[in-house]
Amino acid sequence: MFEIVSKKALNPTVVRMTIHAPLIARKAEPGQFVILRAGENSERLPLTVADFDREAGSVTIIYQIVGAGTMELNTLEQGDCLHDLVGPLGVATHTDGLKKVCIVGGGVGCAIAYPVAKKLHGLGAEVHSVIGFRNRDLVILEDDFRKVSSEMRLMTDDGSHGEKGLVTAALEKLIQEGNQYDEVIAIGPLVMMKFVCQVTKKYGVKTVVSMNPIMVDGTGMCGGCRLTVGGETKFACVDGPDFDGHLVDFDEAIARSGMYREFEAHAREASCNLLKKEVE
Amino acid sequence: MPNMDPKKTPMPSQEPCIRNGNFKEVALGYTAEMAVNEAKRCLNCKNKPCVSACPVCVDIPAFIQQVALENFEGAYEVLSRSTSLPAVCGRVCPQESQCEGKCVRGIKGESVGIGRLERFVADWHREHATAEVTKPESNGHKVAVIGAGPSGLTCAGDLAKLGYDVTVYEALHVAGGVLSYGIPEFRLPKSIVAQEIDGLRKLGVNIECNIVIGKTLTVDDLFDMGYEALFIGSGAGLPRFMNIPGESLKGVYSANEYLTRINLMKAYLPNSTTPIKKSEKVAVVGGGNVAMDAARCAKRMGAKEVYIVYRRGMQELPARLEEVEHAQEEGIIFKTLCNPIEVLGDENGNVSGVRCVEMELGEPDASGRRRPIVKENSEFVLDVDTMIMSIGTSPNPLIRNTTPGLETNRHGCIVVQNDDGLTSREGVYAGGDAVTGAATVILAMGAGKNAAKAIDNYIQRK
Repeated sequence: MFEIVSKKALNPTVVRMTIHAPLIARKAEPGQFVILRAGENSERLPLTVADFDREAGSVTIIYQIVGAGTMELNTLEQGDCLHDLVGPLGVATHTDGLKKVCIVGGGVGCAIAYPVAKKLHGLGAEVHSVIGFRNRDLVILEDDFRKVSSEMRLMTDDGSHGEKGLVTAALEKLIQEGNQYDEVIAIGPLVMMKFVCQVTKKYGVKTVVSMNPIMVDGTGMCGGCRLTVGGETKFACVDGPDFDGHLVDFDEAIARSGMYREFEAHAREASCNLLKKEVE
Repeated sequence: MPNMDPKKTPMPSQEPCIRNGNFKEVALGYTAEMAVNEAKRCLNCKNKPCVSACPVCVDIPAFIQQVALENFEGAYEVLSRSTSLPAVCGRVCPQESQCEGKCVRGIKGESVGIGRLERFVADWHREHATAEVTKPESNGHKVAVIGAGPSGLTCAGDLAKLGYDVTVYEALHVAGGVLSYGIPEFRLPKSIVAQEIDGLRKLGVNIECNIVIGKTLTVDDLFDMGYEALFIGSGAGLPRFMNIPGESLKGVYSANEYLTRINLMKAYLPNSTTPIKKSEKVAVVGGGNVAMDAARCAKRMGAKEVYIVYRRGMQELPARLEEVEHAQEEGIIFKTLCNPIEVLGDENGNVSGVRCVEMELGEPDASGRRRPIVKENSEFVLDVDTMIMSIGTSPNPLIRNTTPGLETNRHGCIVVQNDDGLTSREGVYAGGDAVTGAATVILAMGAGKNAAKAIDNYIQRK
C-alpha cells in the first residue's frame, strides 16, 4: 500500500517523493491535492500533487520540512509505505482556453506551480514563468520551468542566483513590457500571493491563487479551511484550492494560518528531540 | 413473577466531578445480576409496542426474556438477527422516544431499560463469546456501499449475511463515520466501534478506507468495476455556520472540526500530534446532541467555563434529555433564549467574546416549535475565547456533483422513491443522513437495513 518509489532532496529542506497510488494517479490533475498520514498516529497532511504518472500509477509530492508532520514524513525512505493516502481532492486548476499565462511561483510553491505550467505548455499556451526563492541554495525546479516557459525570470531575495528582487517586481516589468496575459497564476506564500494580486489588480489582469489553509479531512467536513472570497465563505478543500485572487481576503487567511503556531513550535521541538534520541 | 419495581435498575456511572476530567466512558454498564433484575421488569407483552417503535425491529421482548433466563448468548443471537451494531445502539439510540417511549411499564413508572439491556448483552457477547463468526457462502453478486457510517455498515452487514460480496468505500482513514469522528469516546468507546466493525469484516465485508467517491472513483466507475448495485450512505457532513461577523476569527470551530480533532485525530491523548486550542472559556452554539458532545469535550479538554448558547428554551432543546442532564451534572452552563450576533476578536485575530441578544418565544413556527424573537435592547457580551458552531450539517456535494441522473432536493439531500431507498438511478440506493439531512444513528441504520432488503430483491429479480 502506498509504497514510496523514490525520494530525492531538491534542496536542504525540500524533498520530492513519488508514491505508488494507481487510483489517485488515474484521476489527478494539476492543482489538486492529496492528504497523507505517514504513520498510524500521524496528522493528516494536505499536499498538492506536484506530478503524476498515470501509466506507472504514481503521484509525486514535494514538501518542505517545516513542522513535526513533515519531519515525521521525512523519516520514511524509498521502499517504506505511507500509512494513508487519499485523493485527488479539490478542483483542478482551470486551464481551458488560456492562450498566454504568467505563472508566478514562490519557494516550495513552485512545486505546485510547475505541473500547471507544464500542462499549459502541453496544451500549446504561451507560458511565462516568474519563480522566486530566498537564496541560491533554495532554488528548485529551475530546469523544469525553463523547459516549459518561453520567458522565465528567476528571482532571489539576495541576488545569489538569477536576478535580485521580488517576483512582484519581475511580474510588473513583464506586464509593463507589453505582455498581455489571459491570466496570472500565483502559487506561493500567502504574503507573496497577496502582493502579486495587488500588482495585477492595478493592470486588470485576472489572477488565480492556490490557497493552502489548515484543514483536517479535505472533503468539506470540518470547515477549518474556510476562507472569505468575495464576501462569501468558501471551503478551500471542495470549492478550491484555486480562487480568484482579487476576491480573496488575504489578511484573514494570513491570520488564520497562524492558529496553531505555538502548538507547532512545541511539536517541532518535541519531534526534534525524539529524532535526536533515535540518532544517539 | 415479574419485578414490579416502578424504577429502572440504576446504571452505575462515573461521578460527574470525576468524569468531566477524563475521556473514559460515563456509564459503566450493568452487571449480570443487575441485567437479570432489570430484564424481569419486562411484561413480555403480546402486541410488543416497543418493537413497532424500533427502526430496525429488534425483537425486544424475546431478547429480554433470554436475559431474564440468564441465557446471554441466546439474547445476543436474537439481537444480531436485527442489528449489526448492538453495542452502539445500546449506547447512543434515543430509546426514550423509540422503544422505551412505547413500553407499557412506562405508563405507571419508568419503562424497562431496553437500551441498557441491549448494551449489556452486546458487551457480554464481546467479552465472552468464543464461537467464531463464519462467512456465509457467496452468492456471486457484488455490491458497493459508499460510506462506512451507521447506514452503510448496516446495509453491508445485512447484504453480507445474504451471501453478497460487499465492499464499503470510506473517505476517511478509519471506518465508522460519525461513530468514529463525531461521538466522543466517553459516550461510545472507539474500541467498541472497532470491534463491531471487525465483526462485519469477519462476515466477509471488505472495507476500503481512503477512497472518496466523487473524487478517487465515481458512481459510474463503480458500475464499470462490476458492482451490480450501490448504496450511498455518505452522511451529512458539511457544517453550517451562522454567517455572522467574526466567524473566521481564530478560535471559531465547527463542531465537526472540534470533535474530529478530538475523536478521530485523538487530540485528547497527552502526546497527540493533533493541534487544538487550549480554551479557558467556550461557547457552544446549538442545542442538539452534537452541541452537548462538543461542550462536554471542551470541559474535558480543560476549559473552565463552557456554555451552551441556544436561541430557544430548555424545553425546546433538541438533544436527548439524558445528554442534557449529563452536561448539566458536569458543569456545562446553559444560556438558553440567547443568540449570538457577532464574534469579537482581539488585535491578533483571536476570539475574545461573543456578542449575544436575549430571545423570547413567540407563536409556533412551521416546525411546531415556538419561534424565538429578539428582545429589544438585550445585547450583552459573553466573555469566551473559543466558539463552537453546532447548528447543523448538510449532505456533502461530492457525490451529487459527479453522478449524472442522481436527483437531489434543494437542501442537497438525495431524493429516494420510498422507504427502500431507491434513487432516480437504477441500481443506486441511498439512506441515512445523505437522504434525510442530519438525524440519528438508528434511523440511518434502519434505512441501511431497508435498502439491503431492496437491493437483494433487485438483484434476485434481474
